[in-house]
Amino acid sequence: MTATSTGLPAASRTRLVALIGPPNSGKTTLFNRLTGLRQKVANYPGVTVERHVGRAQLGEQAEVDLLDLPGVYSLHPRTEDEKVTSDVLLGKMPDLARPDAVLLILDSTNLGHNLALVAPILALGLPTMVVLNMADDLGSRGGSIELAALSAELGVPVALVSAVQGVGLDTVRSFLRGPAVAARVTFPILQNVQDAPHCRRWAASVTASAGYRAPSPPAWTRRLDATLLHRVWGPAILTLLLIAIWWMIFAGAKPAMDLVELAISSSGSWLKGQLPDTLWRGLLIDGVWAGVGSIVVFLPQILILSLFIGILEDSGYMARAALIADRALASVGLQGKAVIPLVSALACAVPAIMGARMIESKRDRLATIMVAPFMVCSARLPVYTLLIAAFVPGAAWMQAMVLAGLYVLGAVAAFATARLLKSTILKSERMPFVLEMPPYRWPTFRSLSLRLVDRTRVFLRRAGTIILGVAVVLWLMATLPLKPDGSAAEVGESIAGTIGKTIEPAIRPLGFNWKIGVGLITSLAAREVIVSTLGTIYGIESTDEDAIKESLRSELQRDLTPGAAAALIVFFAFAMQCMSTVAVIRRETGGWKWPVLQFTYMLALAYSGAWVANQLTSWLTSA
Amino acid sequence: MQLSGNNARTVADLACHETGVLLSLDLEPALADRLMLLGFLPGEPVEAAQCAPGGDPRVYRVDGTEIALRRETALRLLLK
Repeated sequence: MTATSTGLPAASRTRLVALIGPPNSGKTTLFNRLTGLRQKVANYPGVTVERHVGRAQLGEQAEVDLLDLPGVYSLHPRTEDEKVTSDVLLGKMPDLARPDAVLLILDSTNLGHNLALVAPILALGLPTMVVLNMADDLGSRGGSIELAALSAELGVPVALVSAVQGVGLDTVRSFLRGPAVAARVTFPILQNVQDAPHCRRWAASVTASAGYRAPSPPAWTRRLDATLLHRVWGPAILTLLLIAIWWMIFAGAKPAMDLVELAISSSGSWLKGQLPDTLWRGLLIDGVWAGVGSIVVFLPQILILSLFIGILEDSGYMARAALIADRALASVGLQGKAVIPLVSALACAVPAIMGARMIESKRDRLATIMVAPFMVCSARLPVYTLLIAAFVPGAAWMQAMVLAGLYVLGAVAAFATARLLKSTILKSERMPFVLEMPPYRWPTFRSLSLRLVDRTRVFLRRAGTIILGVAVVLWLMATLPLKPDGSAAEVGESIAGTIGKTIEPAIRPLGFNWKIGVGLITSLAAREVIVSTLGTIYGIESTDEDAIKESLRSELQRDLTPGAAAALIVFFAFAMQCMSTVAVIRRETGGWKWPVLQFTYMLALAYSGAWVANQLTSWLTSA
Repeated sequence: MQLSGNNARTVADLACHETGVLLSLDLEPALADRLMLLGFLPGEPVEAAQCAPGGDPRVYRVDGTEIALRRETALRLLLK
């Protein structure tokens, strides 16, 4: 989707109302409540901040476009989120008209620090309604507020709602229907809206005149935190949870993924049977159809991870997880929230990179995205097991040790790279860790399902297009040039094969021959593809997968030295051979700069690592 | 508790569940502003809430909210 297609033309457009509020004020819940599934997600031009626009149906054919702005504590443009928010509200955002009105959502249980945002917003002079959310919590914890007094004090309409329960939204809807009047901006505070102590003092005086009685502390949150943030239990519970998430993505998604694969391959062979045997059929089935399959197959993993992240974020546990993991990750320059993407990357980098969106700091998010592909993903396992079975002699426990060592190697590479990045190109003025611990809440079914729909759309539409393109290109490379009779080339004679042979001198120092070279080219599509490519090149004719692997093992033992096998394993540990990951990173970072840099870096590391592994193993085995 | 030498007490020195009154924020303006908006204002009480795992970062309670800060930040929040 291009930026302009979601930009709203100034003429004949529906009213645009911006939703703004501090983090944890329930802004997105209210947005979802008002718009439901009528949402569009895009990125703001040039930045990684997501733009959510949705249409609210207000009855009698009245509708209004709502814009969910990132959660901010102030309008001072310091972070990327604050800059986007302030640009939008000032009408400085390209492709987006200045909003006609503002809904300012505040947490009513926490008016003291939430009200400080009112002053800079009212200073904008846009028609504004202050929406006090979490009315249910306020009431149940014994707090109260006089709405009329607050409204008189602020000079704008005020509503008390519970977005989770859908209570009190009628006032909000009638405000949205307009026509709204701008706030009477008279109070002295507005002379100095960027001065924090000033805003806070003003907020304190407003809450006092509005008869605000702060609610008692959330008792359940305190009780839960006594365990969940316990010195021993806290980290133990988090570790168990991370293992559960990893296992669910690794194994829990398997049945669904097998089902998707089966559906794609059986529908593919059915289609194949219906079509005449031409090259076009090959392009359609082996290029496009398989390409689509390679995208859709990730969906179960992405949905499972999104569901976990949704539950963790909506319940309030995410802040605690980040807190517990922060110290360990801070030592390599990452922050606590990176723990979820990094653990997910042990199953698959694609959902992990999607999951990195929850890290607010742009540099920390980029660093997390850049290192996640080093973690051993499930696509590396078929390659590792093949090579380990062929080249690590002896007992099963020794082979298991080698595999465990590879997990460590991946993690070490990830953390070393994070450190390198954060001390060089992603050096930040050390984005300080300031994290609010919101009270625990029950996640709602509604909000969780909306998240899943949202992630599915983003993934299929945005990443899908690129993956499809790359799949077709790789198919062409393995098929062209055509034989004189017009049929596809043997893989050794194809463009991919030619490249494999051309790069043979370059990969010779690693101990690889041209066959491995071809495998490296085709495995750019996905790592495990090298297994089937090598099967084809070594001319193994069998339909039984185990038999293929068995004979492939002996072929490799004959064709590769132990040094070359070690080099190949190390190469796979470090190289970015996964077009899906590249495509997702391209989408998540908003350009080719980061994926190209990452690909080059990982290739350089893979090459030098493989060379060292080859030399070292050869020296050890000859000694 | 006593002041050691010239070093003023900071919120990092607060014992678990101890409350102190903030004197000043010795931080760059951007971060100081952010913390003040969250309630870390001179003259306001700050309570060390959780004796969090490992002690860093640690959760502080100000004005009804709980905010986690790294030790390096807490060391710059001076107490009266």
